[in-house]
Amino acid sequence: MGIALMTTTLNFAADRFPAGSAAFPHRHLLGVTGLQNYELLYILDQAETWIAMNRSAAAKHDDRLSGLTIINAFFENSTRTLLSFEIAGKRLGADVVNMHAAQSSVKKGETLIDTAMTLNAMRADAIVIRHASSGAVQLISDKVDCPVLNAGDGAHEHPTQALLDALTIQRRKGRIEGLTITICGDVLHSRVARSNIMCLKTLGAQLRIVAPPALTPAGIENFGVTVFHDFDAALPGSDVIMMLRLQNERMQGDFIPSPREYYHLYGLDERRLALAKPDALIMHPGPMNRGIEIASSVADHYERSAIREQVEMGVAVRMACLDILTRKARGVEGWS
Amino acid sequence: MTALTIHNAKLLLPGQAAPISETIIIDKGQIAAIGNAAPSTPAPTPNDTTETIDAGGLLVAPGIIDLGVFATDKPAFRFGGITRAALMPDQSPVHDDPATIRFAALKGKPDFWVHPLAAATRDLDGRHMAEIALMKDAGAKGVATGRDWISDSGIMLRIMQYCAALGLPVFVHSEDSGIRGTAVATAGATATLLGLSAAPAITEAAAIARDLLLAEESGAHVHFRQVTTARGLELIRQAKQNGLKITCGITPAHLFLSDNAVSDFRTFAKISPPLRNEDDRQACLAAIADGTLDVIMSGHDPRGPEEKRLPFGEALPGMAGAETLLALSLNLVRDGLISTGRLFELLAANPAKILNINAGVIETGREADLIFVDTGSPWQVDSGKMTAMAGNTPFDKLPVQGRVVKMMKGGKVIS
Repeated sequence: MGIALMTTTLNFAADRFPAGSAAFPHRHLLGVTGLQNYELLYILDQAETWIAMNRSAAAKHDDRLSGLTIINAFFENSTRTLLSFEIAGKRLGADVVNMHAAQSSVKKGETLIDTAMTLNAMRADAIVIRHASSGAVQLISDKVDCPVLNAGDGAHEHPTQALLDALTIQRRKGRIEGLTITICGDVLHSRVARSNIMCLKTLGAQLRIVAPPALTPAGIENFGVTVFHDFDAALPGSDVIMMLRLQNERMQGDFIPSPREYYHLYGLDERRLALAKPDALIMHPGPMNRGIEIASSVADHYERSAIREQVEMGVAVRMACLDILTRKARGVEGWS
Repeated sequence: MTALTIHNAKLLLPGQAAPISETIIIDKGQIAAIGNAAPSTPAPTPNDTTETIDAGGLLVAPGIIDLGVFATDKPAFRFGGITRAALMPDQSPVHDDPATIRFAALKGKPDFWVHPLAAATRDLDGRHMAEIALMKDAGAKGVATGRDWISDSGIMLRIMQYCAALGLPVFVHSEDSGIRGTAVATAGATATLLGLSAAPAITEAAAIARDLLLAEESGAHVHFRQVTTARGLELIRQAKQNGLKITCGITPAHLFLSDNAVSDFRTFAKISPPLRNEDDRQACLAAIADGTLDVIMSGHDPRGPEEKRLPFGEALPGMAGAETLLALSLNLVRDGLISTGRLFELLAANPAKILNINAGVIETGREADLIFVDTGSPWQVDSGKMTAMAGNTPFDKLPVQGRVVKMMKGGKVIS
């Protein structure tokens, strides 16, 4: 990281939750929809506490989850999210095992519920799930005894991504409330966009959505966002520009005529970046399609790109989530 | 055969909005005489060859004719007061040849009659016409496109022309397959929030618009199995005013639920066409009241957990509706939207007319398919306790009123 980072947050959540309850009373983390702002801020606050340890050159280890088993059940391919959850679990001392759909009995026709029951019978203490179908993670969470963390389900939610994005914005900008955040790309198929809209709206940001009409979900304006189809019109006044990944299979003529045409209309290059606020932050959930949704010079912008920092915050946020959700089972005082 | 007299009944007679207290006499499985009306044959007088049933003041209505079910589910039909059903061709194997049609037509007899609908295309592929005339001779009462719309307009026109010549109604599904794509929900805030693949409501009107043109061109009787949107109903209304020979139907799901019923990924509320938004639901209720809709049916499609306990996008569409059809439809009467008489036009008389069968109304010479209904009897829908092959109802735990206490098919009481 090239620039000085803030080490404390301006929002302090610990005293904001109702008296007499735990700061995060939910059993699972299935999405950010429905979470209160103090619950989101509490997770961000807890994540902050892990950043220094993660950065230290000394041993990055805490043993609070020692002896607990965490299963990362990934029914859809992933590199960074899986790795991030695995590192998060291991840094907290847990025994982390990964299950890939490609190697599992899912290919042999076992139903999702049966797979869930199997994982449950192995007495996992937390299960992290990614699945290509919206709602699949919730379906599994109804059938298991331990906390379930959604690592992305279809086009529904990706809560830890939204939390890590919020943490990144909060640290870079000092606040979220009142910022104008522009999300551009394939919003229709994006769980990242949905979770970010819900999370950042709850935390008080102004949201702008930029997408071609065919990739704009119906009724999205009901969630308090302003919809644009012209990227140039959406950029002035933006504090944060969040680019979304465009899946290759969507730009072969079904939704988008060609990658170069998409870049022409919705790619973030230096000219467009100049339309936003001079200190606008550049974000991308990765993996990036350089030259299709974002120019390399923008993605690698020394001062304004937060893309690598997002990855870093991902580990801290996931550590916080694993810690919080296992507190009840670990008998942490006040979390019964 | 002995004659049967039912007295102390509140009979629902054609043309009457409300039931009237009358006596009904049944002979040789048919309605022989009603009340004091002079019968064409000498009325059997109460003597030792005549049985008598005291209806106990219950509503006696024509047995429900369920226009388009996906399974022959006799216990569920018995519970729901359904004496006949038109069976969709979407079976395994597909009902696309005379042998399967003949077999299906015999399946429920004698206490329940199945009127099979012939597949319009071979294996329901939407491309090659099936042997419609042979299936008609085997007992098919209509032709259906199945769960899907036929996207090839040329084939669809030729099927309609063929059926017009044969005098068979064509049952069509109304969702433009190109616009629908992989959608499992109606586009709107609910689908967006859940991240479900969705198509706009005009998917339906786009399909109806084309099929109305083809109906006009061919002169066929087209029955739009389910019309569920304001735009679709408006097109039907216009076409009826222009004198087109068309009819349309709906299920209670689209009358009483809107798309927010799929919140929480409830796969029991995944049906085809998908649930619509509240404005469309209100338009459907208005179309029931103004006569645009001709039929209410169950769309009975029992699905077990292996087809429903899946992520929403992977679960199969359909609901078990036979048991709840009457009780839910009675809400329309209680809410003052329609009369009891109109309700049974929707449930029995109109379906009989479309299928061209001698049932569906209580008048002399018709088949004595009767149901005795306690319209006030309260019960609770419970997906775990249903008599159907599966309990996939979106109305689980809903308190309802109205129960069939006795059912007669062809003058015989069905236990």
